[in-house]
Amino acid sequence: MNKDAKLPETEEGSVLFNVDPIIVKSHYEIDYIHSYAQDSPFFAGLAKKKLLGSRCTGCGYTYATPRGHCMECGAATDWCEIPREGRVHTYTTCFFGGEAFLKETPFTLILVEFDGVDTLFLARLAGAGPDEVTIGMPVRARFLRNCTFKPTDVYFVPAQI
Amino acid sequence: MRPVYIISGGITKFAKSHPDKDFRLMVREAFDYAMADVPGLTREAIDGSVCSYFSDHFTRQLKAGAMVQDYLGLCPKPSRRIEGGGATGGLCFQSAWEAVASGRMDVCLAMGFETMSRVNTWKGNEFIALASDTNFDYPVGGFYTGYYAMMVRRHMYEFGTTVEQMAKVAVKNHRNALHNPYAQSPAELTVDDVRDSPMVATPLTIRDCCQMSDGAAVAILASGEAVARLGVRPVRISGVGCGTDAMRMADRPHGRVILLPHETEADYAALDYPGVHSFRGGRMAAKLAYAMAGITDPGRELDFVELHDAYTSSEIQTYEDLGLCRYGEGGSYVDAGAPFLPEIDYGLRFAGDGRWRRVPVNPSGGLLACGHPVGATGLMQAVFAFWQLQETIGKHLGDAALQIPDARRGLIHSHAGTGTYITVSILEKI
Repeated sequence: MNKDAKLPETEEGSVLFNVDPIIVKSHYEIDYIHSYAQDSPFFAGLAKKKLLGSRCTGCGYTYATPRGHCMECGAATDWCEIPREGRVHTYTTCFFGGEAFLKETPFTLILVEFDGVDTLFLARLAGAGPDEVTIGMPVRARFLRNCTFKPTDVYFVPAQI
Repeated sequence: MRPVYIISGGITKFAKSHPDKDFRLMVREAFDYAMADVPGLTREAIDGSVCSYFSDHFTRQLKAGAMVQDYLGLCPKPSRRIEGGGATGGLCFQSAWEAVASGRMDVCLAMGFETMSRVNTWKGNEFIALASDTNFDYPVGGFYTGYYAMMVRRHMYEFGTTVEQMAKVAVKNHRNALHNPYAQSPAELTVDDVRDSPMVATPLTIRDCCQMSDGAAVAILASGEAVARLGVRPVRISGVGCGTDAMRMADRPHGRVILLPHETEADYAALDYPGVHSFRGGRMAAKLAYAMAGITDPGRELDFVELHDAYTSSEIQTYEDLGLCRYGEGGSYVDAGAPFLPEIDYGLRFAGDGRWRRVPVNPSGGLLACGHPVGATGLMQAVFAFWQLQETIGKHLGDAALQIPDARRGLIHSHAGTGTYITVSILEKI
């Protein structure tokens, strides 16, 4: 036993914003080990410049954004290729955004509709200004050369100018 | 199931930041207010609680509900945390209803809070966007204002809704809030003020969007036996409903409208539904709540509505989901002045064509003007609706301008994640 025991001091300190009440900077960050699990073929498809969706083996409902089981009838789905050309179903240009995307503003988001596909696909639109986008405008998929294995590996551009 | 009543409520002032109070103290303030309003009610008579807060990222404290429970001195009574995005507060209210309706509790405290000031606005937007699919939606540019902007762009395309009609909603809710001391951002705005403010995501300007807030609210629910014992002025909860939709907007179907009793198939022969223009979950929640409350024509049978106007656009879309007007008529409903309070000067001219009975919507100022501390918001709506039906708005707000005379029946509506969880509850004077 040591009655003079001491814990080591540090020079860590704290970043202080205010003292009444005391407001300090509290840092937090984390890296996840994230599996795309059953959705993995979609991301592998992007690397091969393919858009892979899901077709229900029970009712034939076709999803532009993949899912392993059908939302309509509950049956398992198969992978199917989605056309590279579609139309703008709706759009917005974001001048602000979440912190992670602020540096990319302004950017345009679209939901794309495809012939023969029952659901839509969320993507960025490049090559058209905020006032140039219209609903129904034909768009074409392009793929990043250097994959990041994120859904932004595919984006869309105007199909006809 | 047995009848359930709301017997008291309390709200902290919603503000951009409350650095002098943590979440426990904010809830404590709302709780003290509610308890003081019912002198016969003691803490011992409360059988348990449900606690709502949306985001562990904002709170940065897991199991925060347990800390509120102990701070209020309610241990070792039962409690649980309720979470469901923007609808967290509405879900909490309905969970308290379930606790009492089932006979599990005689008196249940519903308490909610959010502390959003702990990060900057854009980090906060990032946190909120994590309530979209983090594989497929968030990485593309996750931003809720962007999602709602795409939804209303389609509403404009389908139905001819205009940005001016949306701006009038902002004018209404901010002006109502001038009489509400709990509100975060009361303001006298014009349509031009709304349109000339900074663009966030086309076509939504910053005045089309609610703000981030710190705040708390509580509602105390009780059985008929407890009401008789306590000698209070209760309001009955006559209907509850909840609906859902696919997390990814892209996955929403293009099918047929879920009809309310006053509608027919022919009303919507050519409409693909819900697509991304409407909230199917809101329609389902309304249908279930109306069935329980015996409402067959909501536009004629409701006296006011407190709905989840996180955006001016979603207020217009929600009029239609709730059946206050038909799908496609939400913009005209605003132009007609139907959702405005009759005694307040908004500086607007209304079409006044008498197509719709006046049903004030968001007399409190709604989320747009009161603020949106997510876990508290749905409970704030319950408290304002309770005070309306109790006819105590003047007492609690220190200003009776927002009191709707002879209000018999009100609706509260809480909404999450581009329509993924939505609750509707009906409150009635007894």
